[in-house]
Amino acid sequence: MTPVMAIARRELRSYFVTPMAYVFLVIFLVLAGILTFYAGDFYERGVADLQPFFAMHPWLYLILAPAVSMRMWAEEAKGGTLELLLTLPVNLHEAMLGKFLAAWLFLGLALVLTFPLWLTVNYLGSPDNGVILAGYLGSWLMAGAFLAIGACLSALTQSQVVAFILTMMVCVLLILAGQPQVLDFFHGALPRKLVSGVAQLSMLRHFEAIARGVLDVRDLVYFLLTILAWLLAGILVLDLKRVR
Amino acid sequence: MIETDRLTRCYGHLTAVDALSIRAEPGQVLGLLGPNGAGKTTAMRMIAGFLAPTSGTARVCGHDVAREPVAARRALGYLPEGAPGYGEMTVREFLLFIMRMRGLAVDLGRRRFEDVVARLELEDVLESPIDTLSKGLRRRVGLAQAIVHDPPVLMLDEPTDGLDPNQKHAVRQLIDAMARERTILISTHLLEEVHALCNRVVIIARGRLLADATPAELEQRSRYHGAVSFSAPGSGIAQEMLGRLPQVAGIEVDPLDGRITVFPKPGARILEPVENLLRQQGLEVSEIQLERGRLDEVFRQITTGNGAEGRA
Repeated sequence: MTPVMAIARRELRSYFVTPMAYVFLVIFLVLAGILTFYAGDFYERGVADLQPFFAMHPWLYLILAPAVSMRMWAEEAKGGTLELLLTLPVNLHEAMLGKFLAAWLFLGLALVLTFPLWLTVNYLGSPDNGVILAGYLGSWLMAGAFLAIGACLSALTQSQVVAFILTMMVCVLLILAGQPQVLDFFHGALPRKLVSGVAQLSMLRHFEAIARGVLDVRDLVYFLLTILAWLLAGILVLDLKRVR
Repeated sequence: MIETDRLTRCYGHLTAVDALSIRAEPGQVLGLLGPNGAGKTTAMRMIAGFLAPTSGTARVCGHDVAREPVAARRALGYLPEGAPGYGEMTVREFLLFIMRMRGLAVDLGRRRFEDVVARLELEDVLESPIDTLSKGLRRRVGLAQAIVHDPPVLMLDEPTDGLDPNQKHAVRQLIDAMARERTILISTHLLEEVHALCNRVVIIARGRLLADATPAELEQRSRYHGAVSFSAPGSGIAQEMLGRLPQVAGIEVDPLDGRITVFPKPGARILEPVENLLRQQGLEVSEIQLERGRLDEVFRQITTGNGAEGRA
């Protein structure tokens, strides 16, 4: 077994031996259901698809993804196990990858567990299941991006609360980057090209594009690059902590 | 083999470890001795690769810990200060995790696992979460984790801290048994441990190396080395005569129990002359002792800088 797999396995196990996993899954599923039916007007729209369900995901992840990622490194630093882990024969990028994969798989599991909604729309009508699959993929990629941000910020601090709040701040900025209000604000201050650059950073835009069923390579690359960049930043943070 | 070459670590303006050069060979138990805050843990963290040196190098089995960190860590078993462990894991899960991280093959691994569990007497707690263990048990789990891959180099940060006397004895026996072909570096501030375990001692304080010697050599630096002590009531005249012996440098009487200690001049042997004199005086001496030297006194002199260095 490689160190990446050993770490991912340990992380996943630790989610499930503590109440963390169950509390998270229950809250995730309940919130996903409530938001879809009440805030998303699932029935009133009269369309058999999961658009209202996916539309809520950015906001759902905004709260729940930092809750998963906050402990990733902060807990190890606080409990002293960081010293144990990083003096085992493992490279920083392997450790980071193992932890990230565990969290990402866990959120993937949470997504899979929303399958009753998928069954429901298929019972109610005949939705385009390709679009739904794209929605799930986009949602999972977005979850990965949030978790990668959280992984990096969790490496910065020993405090899980600080990691949670920082992650939420960064995520909210990335979600809102493409909103007209935010862009209007930048219009006055930045050249046009930079403003459209800011708009390109918007998580919401790329996610909504995928969730509509349009699998554009640029949107996929956006999420994969976001994940990669934040994980690399996290590795850098861990490396700098050894020097500091 | 552990070698450090002018290993240095600064935190801002504070120099925690200052140009430390030490060397531990296979078969050696090297004790890193120093008061709290002397830089023992920082030095070990650098050797283990958890902290990067500000300058200088450290090598484990020839692997530079900065250039070949994974190779160096593979050769190393390390017990960090306080024996940290993942609290929610059971002892069995924890040890298996460490073995997976170290890439131990399943068949070889099983034998190692059973061997280590037996050596540290962990059979009864294998299914207990680490959080529920006593301090002594946690330390044993930490030791098991450090030796599970049978490393050629072992580094233990205060391995007996928090253990009761029986557990201390057991851990020392374990270290002793493993010492033969391995290089072992332990840090401690317990002087008894140096006697019981180490065949070489490095004393550091404020990050600097102050002495590198065998325990016996250190004892020789003590002014008690070669001194003779005895208890004899009513020996006032004898004391005066002892003071006039040519080999004797001085006499001290313990104000509490009246025990008399006779100090030799440098290099002199005084047991025989003292015994002869006491016999001539017809004094009843129930017991007479030749002192080896007192490590605690030497330690204090060296680490507080009271000029013991010159007496070596």
